[in-house]
Amino acid sequence: MRFFLAALKRDLLLVFRHRNDIINPLAFFLMVAVLFPLGVSPDPAFLSEVAAGVIWVAALLACLLSVDGIFRGDYEDGSLEQMLVSPEPLLILVLAKVISHWLVSGFCLAIISPLVAMMFFLPSEGYLALILSLLLGTPTLSLMGAIGAGLTVGLRRGGVLISLLVLPLYIPVLIFGAGTVQAGAMGLPIQGYLALLGAILVFSIMLAPFAIAAALKVSVRS
Amino acid sequence: MKKKMPRWFYQLASPKWFYEFTSALLPWFSAAAILLLVTGTIWGLVFAPADYQQGNSFRIIYIHVPASILAQSCYVMMAVAGAIGLIWKMKIAHVVAGACAPIGASIAVMSLATGAIWGKPTWGAWWVWDARLTSMLVLLFLYIGVIALNSAFENKASADKATAILSLVGLVNIPIIKYSVEWWNTLHQPATFTVTAKPAMPPEMWLPLLVMVLGFYCFFAVILMSRARVEVLQREKRTDWVKKVIQNY
Repeated sequence: MRFFLAALKRDLLLVFRHRNDIINPLAFFLMVAVLFPLGVSPDPAFLSEVAAGVIWVAALLACLLSVDGIFRGDYEDGSLEQMLVSPEPLLILVLAKVISHWLVSGFCLAIISPLVAMMFFLPSEGYLALILSLLLGTPTLSLMGAIGAGLTVGLRRGGVLISLLVLPLYIPVLIFGAGTVQAGAMGLPIQGYLALLGAILVFSIMLAPFAIAAALKVSVRS
Repeated sequence: MKKKMPRWFYQLASPKWFYEFTSALLPWFSAAAILLLVTGTIWGLVFAPADYQQGNSFRIIYIHVPASILAQSCYVMMAVAGAIGLIWKMKIAHVVAGACAPIGASIAVMSLATGAIWGKPTWGAWWVWDARLTSMLVLLFLYIGVIALNSAFENKASADKATAILSLVGLVNIPIIKYSVEWWNTLHQPATFTVTAKPAMPPEMWLPLLVMVLGFYCFFAVILMSRARVEVLQREKRTDWVKKVIQNY
């Protein structure tokens, strides 16, 4: 546990020293969302209809964009190798890294999402559903993304590849996440959707760290 | 207590043994594939009765359904072979897994294309956002991801392991993706063959289909073995037995 906290503290400290790492995904999230009214239609009726999907797609892309850097810095300066040979369990380290990534991407996205929801005229019943679905769904995105990041960290051009690997795996979270918001906006119960998102999250917390650890071992030894 | 795997399992790990073993199997599978595919095609396209609603356009089922079934089982095969390669550090398993990916991707494309051609007269559209179509498309994306990752590594051993991990992650996710997409939208008819229930079609229609499915599997085995054999020869090109094989060719 002490190791976990130390790893988490280190990663968060690194992020806070480069404030842009927090700002960039959020700015990206806002910009993608802004593209839709510009590209399709600014009609409030239309926007409130597509709000759930657009916000979720934008959040998903913002997560994907930032997940590439989750191991890259440590890989390039060699500290990842040191972490792999250290006697501390790799799974704990991986979990700490994923959680720190989620805190600066998914968690912040969930906090500013009502702003975008307002710009998209989402009915006010949907706000709670939006925040809750993002809070439950984005950790899964971070976990899945970290698998892709672990597999591609040793490659020079990881950027596009990681989206190819990870995007298909994001589909269930997108479906249930956007479904939650849509149901919430129509005033329907959202517990079922949240339960599904939670189930996917629990399942990924259980299994994804093993895949990430295995992927890192492959990448570092190559 | 450590349980031992059967002897053939260890023998299969030797590239040379694998090459000789598949040399013996290949002609049989090729003959079976040709026989089954020709029989199934002629039976299905000429002798099977036309559908009372869809007329003759339903006959594409004899390509579409085997392709769809095979595209899915090919992914399972790839992931299982990758797992065997990771667990027992077996090179041949990685070779087989690597050979599966491009075959599976092309069969998935075939399933989507025949589906689109069938969808036009039946539903009036080439593409609809239906659950089964979408999950087949996602399967194609998973294949593309595996192929892309495999070709991104310069070191063969890391490429093998990385693809095996990715295909296992994909395998765990396939049921989740499938059910999530299914709850999202459904228009497609349910599966033609299930293990538990009798098919809804008359036997004159599903028997040729069964022959085609078996023919596709044999065809898949032939292609898979051929690809794996070439890959084995390339990887083992420094060894004596490969030099001998090449000289005698």
